[in-house]
Amino acid sequence: MSSTLTERDHDGVPTTGGDAVVRTRGLTKKFRSGQVAVDGIDLEVPRGAVYGFLGPNGSGKTTTIRMLLGLVQPTSGEALVLGGAMPRSAVAVLPRVGALVEGPAFQPYLTGRRNLDRLDAVDMTADPRTSKARIGAALERVGLSAAAAKPYRNYSLGMKQRLGLAAALLRPRDLLILDEPTNGLDPQGTREVRHLIRELAEDGASVLVSSHLLAEIDQVCTHVGVMSRGKLLVQGERDVVTSGGRQSGERVVITTLRDHVDGARRVLARLAGVDPSSASEAASVEDADHLGDGAVTVTATLGGASLSDVAPALVAADVLVLGIGTDRPSLEDVFVELTGEGFDVAR
Amino acid sequence: MSHAEATAAPDAAEAPTSRTTAAGPEVREASEASEAPTRRRGAFGRLLRSELGLVLGRRRNQLLLALLASVPILLGIVLAIVSDSAYAGQGPGFIDRIGGNGLFLVVTSLFLCTPFLLPLVTSIAAGDAIAGEAGGGTLRYLLTVPVRRGTLLVAKALAAMTFMLVAVALVTAAALLAGGLLFGFDDLTLLSGQTIPLTDGVLRMLGVAGYVAMSLTGLVAVGLFFSTLAEVPVGVMAATVVVAIVSTVLDSLPQLSAIHPFLLTHHWFDFAEFLRFEVSWSLLGQGLALQAAWVAIFGSLAWARFTTADITS
Repeated sequence: MSSTLTERDHDGVPTTGGDAVVRTRGLTKKFRSGQVAVDGIDLEVPRGAVYGFLGPNGSGKTTTIRMLLGLVQPTSGEALVLGGAMPRSAVAVLPRVGALVEGPAFQPYLTGRRNLDRLDAVDMTADPRTSKARIGAALERVGLSAAAAKPYRNYSLGMKQRLGLAAALLRPRDLLILDEPTNGLDPQGTREVRHLIRELAEDGASVLVSSHLLAEIDQVCTHVGVMSRGKLLVQGERDVVTSGGRQSGERVVITTLRDHVDGARRVLARLAGVDPSSASEAASVEDADHLGDGAVTVTATLGGASLSDVAPALVAADVLVLGIGTDRPSLEDVFVELTGEGFDVAR
Repeated sequence: MSHAEATAAPDAAEAPTSRTTAAGPEVREASEASEAPTRRRGAFGRLLRSELGLVLGRRRNQLLLALLASVPILLGIVLAIVSDSAYAGQGPGFIDRIGGNGLFLVVTSLFLCTPFLLPLVTSIAAGDAIAGEAGGGTLRYLLTVPVRRGTLLVAKALAAMTFMLVAVALVTAAALLAGGLLFGFDDLTLLSGQTIPLTDGVLRMLGVAGYVAMSLTGLVAVGLFFSTLAEVPVGVMAATVVVAIVSTVLDSLPQLSAIHPFLLTHHWFDFAEFLRFEVSWSLLGQGLALQAAWVAIFGSLAWARFTTADITS
């Protein structure tokens, strides 16, 4: 099987370079109902990346992930995972891929440990002699050792999610595909999962993690891709995507008093190299009474100026400075900008 | 089916013929992928043991088996109690002979269980095989472990077959035990009047049990195919039982005699051949061939469906 795959690769259409663990070309899934769940997406997950796969519920993330895992046959286009075409190469490639798809699912009447044992028994390439040790290590890693002997049906949602992660970690993986891994977890559990993802990435694994909760992913990923209504709207390095369109992603936020707003605007416009006559458009002003009586924040892009120049320039212009900080545009801002709608809007 | 047969075929079934793949850096990765850990000796045995443990370890299935085993025991006790009353000897076939020879409890029990109880138990095991995993969401995790779909299907089929065999064996063993204890064994007087020694009689009873079990293999295949179509195991189980019942009904309509030889249940009661002095092996052979045909057809359908289906559960 593998030799024919390689031959076909030689005869295939050359693609642009890059070291990608996941690459799709025009990947499309049209269900029999006529619904186009995934519409010609070109996904690219570079090796070593933590790729945040974002989009509201119903945007096609899960169907894409199912195609990457060989569960769903693409209608057209192709999907390469660790260099193997899916679903054809599933058996060759998937032992190196740990996956969590649409929430955990296990046999309810088996214990957590027995469930992992079962999954390991299904793996034709797993070494039965190391099974016990690997299962123990996976349970330990997700903090489930104490509950390993309890039946799955008695698990809380968070414990179920952890067992799903343990299953994905039963053997060393080059790629982890985690669909909504923080679903059902409390804030502490969410932090732990983020920590785990960072750890796995540091160990050299690439991670594709999907979520409909932007803030959760914002903190861990190096790359992002945003889906909406079956299409991939944007993808790339996180910082490039979030600064998309603007000269510089970084914005400076000044807290001052209302009387000093005009002065602050003039200084910021000068620093950013904007015509002072349009200073009022270059900076946005918001009331910030919670910071003090009459306080306002002035937000502006820095342009080419350095952040360290801002405070001296303001002081020199006799602008009262109550606070100074920077603001990175959030993924949510980017998403709203791209779709013109709230993130939680589903189809 | 041997280990090699069970797992060699999925390659052919799952390999699309008209797909191209991009070249470039992936070429190196693809060859890396081909060096992925190779399958281990005995891996299929481990999978099968795991599946059997799952089927036989499940409380619901254990209850079903216990229920089946209780049929010959209850029947034996009832017959022992009424043996001196006016009811003695009344009832379905062979029942009048049990009092004289406990061996007949085997035939009578299988005779009573064949129309409904055994098909029900068989349908539950077969119908649950894939649909149960799909309904619980565990199918997607089994397949991404990964395991070839064909390999999983074969393991599931063998586990369902084994469960059915265990069910038939339990009824037989319980009937032998109860029959021996309550009525004692004797040389077997056949339907044709001749008497054969007890050891031959026991062998004949095992023949009956074996034939009943083989007669249910077609139903396992039907249930397995239905199981690949749906995600609600209870519905699949019900549909499978219905197939057996409808087949029995059709088999009882003389107007449909043209299709009778092809009906799943047509030869189910031919196990009575084992109680004749001259066993008609050709008739039993027809019954086995019919089951083989049903297994081949519905096994192929299950294979075709399961190896290509989109798993969206």
